[in-house]
Amino acid sequence: MLNLLQIELYKISKRSRTYIAFAAITAIVLIFQFAFKADGKSYMNLMLQSVQDSFEIDKSKAINGYFMCYIILNTLLIQVPILVALISGDAISGEANMGTLRLMLTKPVSRTQIIMVKFAASLIYTVMLLVWMAVMALFLSLFIFGADDLLIFRVKGEESQILQITKDDIMWRYFAAFGYAAVALTVIAALAMLLSIFAENSIGPIIATVCIVIVCTVISNINVPIIDKNVKPWLFTSYLVGWKGFFYIGTTTDGEPIKGSLENWPAIRNSLYILLAHIFVLVGASIIIFKRKDILS
Amino acid sequence: MYKKLRLVLFFLFSSVAMLQAQEINLLVANAKAKIEKVNDYEAWGRMKTNVAFLKVPVANIKVYFKKPNKLKVKSEKGISFIPKGAVSLNMSNILGENNYTIIDAGTEKIGNTVLRVAKLLPNDENSDVVLSTVYIDPVNNLIRKSKTTTKENGTFELEMSYGKFSDLGLPDKIVFSFNTKDYKLPKGVTFDFDDGTAQPKPQDVKNKKGRAEITFNSYIINKGVSDAMFK
Repeated sequence: MLNLLQIELYKISKRSRTYIAFAAITAIVLIFQFAFKADGKSYMNLMLQSVQDSFEIDKSKAINGYFMCYIILNTLLIQVPILVALISGDAISGEANMGTLRLMLTKPVSRTQIIMVKFAASLIYTVMLLVWMAVMALFLSLFIFGADDLLIFRVKGEESQILQITKDDIMWRYFAAFGYAAVALTVIAALAMLLSIFAENSIGPIIATVCIVIVCTVISNINVPIIDKNVKPWLFTSYLVGWKGFFYIGTTTDGEPIKGSLENWPAIRNSLYILLAHIFVLVGASIIIFKRKDILS
Repeated sequence: MYKKLRLVLFFLFSSVAMLQAQEINLLVANAKAKIEKVNDYEAWGRMKTNVAFLKVPVANIKVYFKKPNKLKVKSEKGISFIPKGAVSLNMSNILGENNYTIIDAGTEKIGNTVLRVAKLLPNDENSDVVLSTVYIDPVNNLIRKSKTTTKENGTFELEMSYGKFSDLGLPDKIVFSFNTKDYKLPKGVTFDFDDGTAQPKPQDVKNKKGRAEITFNSYIINKGVSDAMFK
């Protein structure tokens, strides 16, 4: 099993498309960092708007490494599913396309093991992608912009809010958020892998995964009560942004943030359970379908 | 007979009014004299901000003041939201210039203390301050409360409690109330996680009052404050 995993990881490392995702993340992060270094105050002015009429705020302190990472994650974690699908969508269909799938199945390895190994390799790739994102978006930003308190701009229902988290209470939230993001992106990996079982080339499952993610994300962001109530809870994309829950700090009745607290841990936990259930169902379905599939390529 | 009585009453009321005006002028002058003993100070304190849309921690702040009207509030660490009207935190900035007319507005009881109310009307038509109302403790010559209405920044209200530095008119605690505008983020920039706890927005959120409570721990008085601190 471990040998199989090593072989899978070797195969992933030898594909040039693997590095497209790392290059894309690097480019996006560097562009963001350059833009905010050059003119971050304009962005702050947009976010603070009317607050500036009533308060004096040191905007240069507000644009710090932690804030940069939050902004980058806010943008990137919507695009990263596409990058994850690039590799996971190729898991089975890539083998079928090259004609190596039948050869692989002649080896004394069960089909369940093959799926599990393919899934584990996709998971490792996803985690590596997130680790790279953490290095670039968090640690490089901290190096460039320094550390200070984090301001979170948020819309809760009809209200807009500004939450301030002190700098000694941030790092654990990022670790938790990256952990959550790993689970969320693993759902995409599992979906892409399931779709790749049905295809003979990689393009189909990759595009299908991206389309599903886009359609579901659009539905998740439509603010129509009937969809909010009946459709959104069933879409995995409604939970992809759950990592933000780690930055919604709990407050006292006076509105003072409570250090080390979360506003709604049960909601984050439930989102995690739903995402894990998706992974379980998608990987389970992949195993069942792959076991029954007549391999002709 | 009636003419004489009217004349007497007129002089009587005029005299009372003049005496009252002199008295309130004297009270304001006494309170001002106390404050004017302070040329500059550096104060350390904690500021608790209470605004509907702001969820910020208690900030450790430093307040710098220098005559005639320089005042700066700085956060010791982290990001701070300093209310813009905080410049009126020092009474010297309100009473400093003599360019106003004092009107006696009677008395008001706050807690167990009966305070004299004086309205200060700026003589300069271009002044940003439209009206200041000060509530003076006549026994200790201390300003306990003030309301300042400005042209640009709404109305500020200050409530002060005194302790160790009451001889110099410097408070131990200030409750600063100010107007805040409604805060609305541009749509589609945040992609928030909906945890299902959002409540319908209350109707009175627009232009709600904000509050900042400052508790001073210590002062360094009349030891000189560099002008660089106010930049």
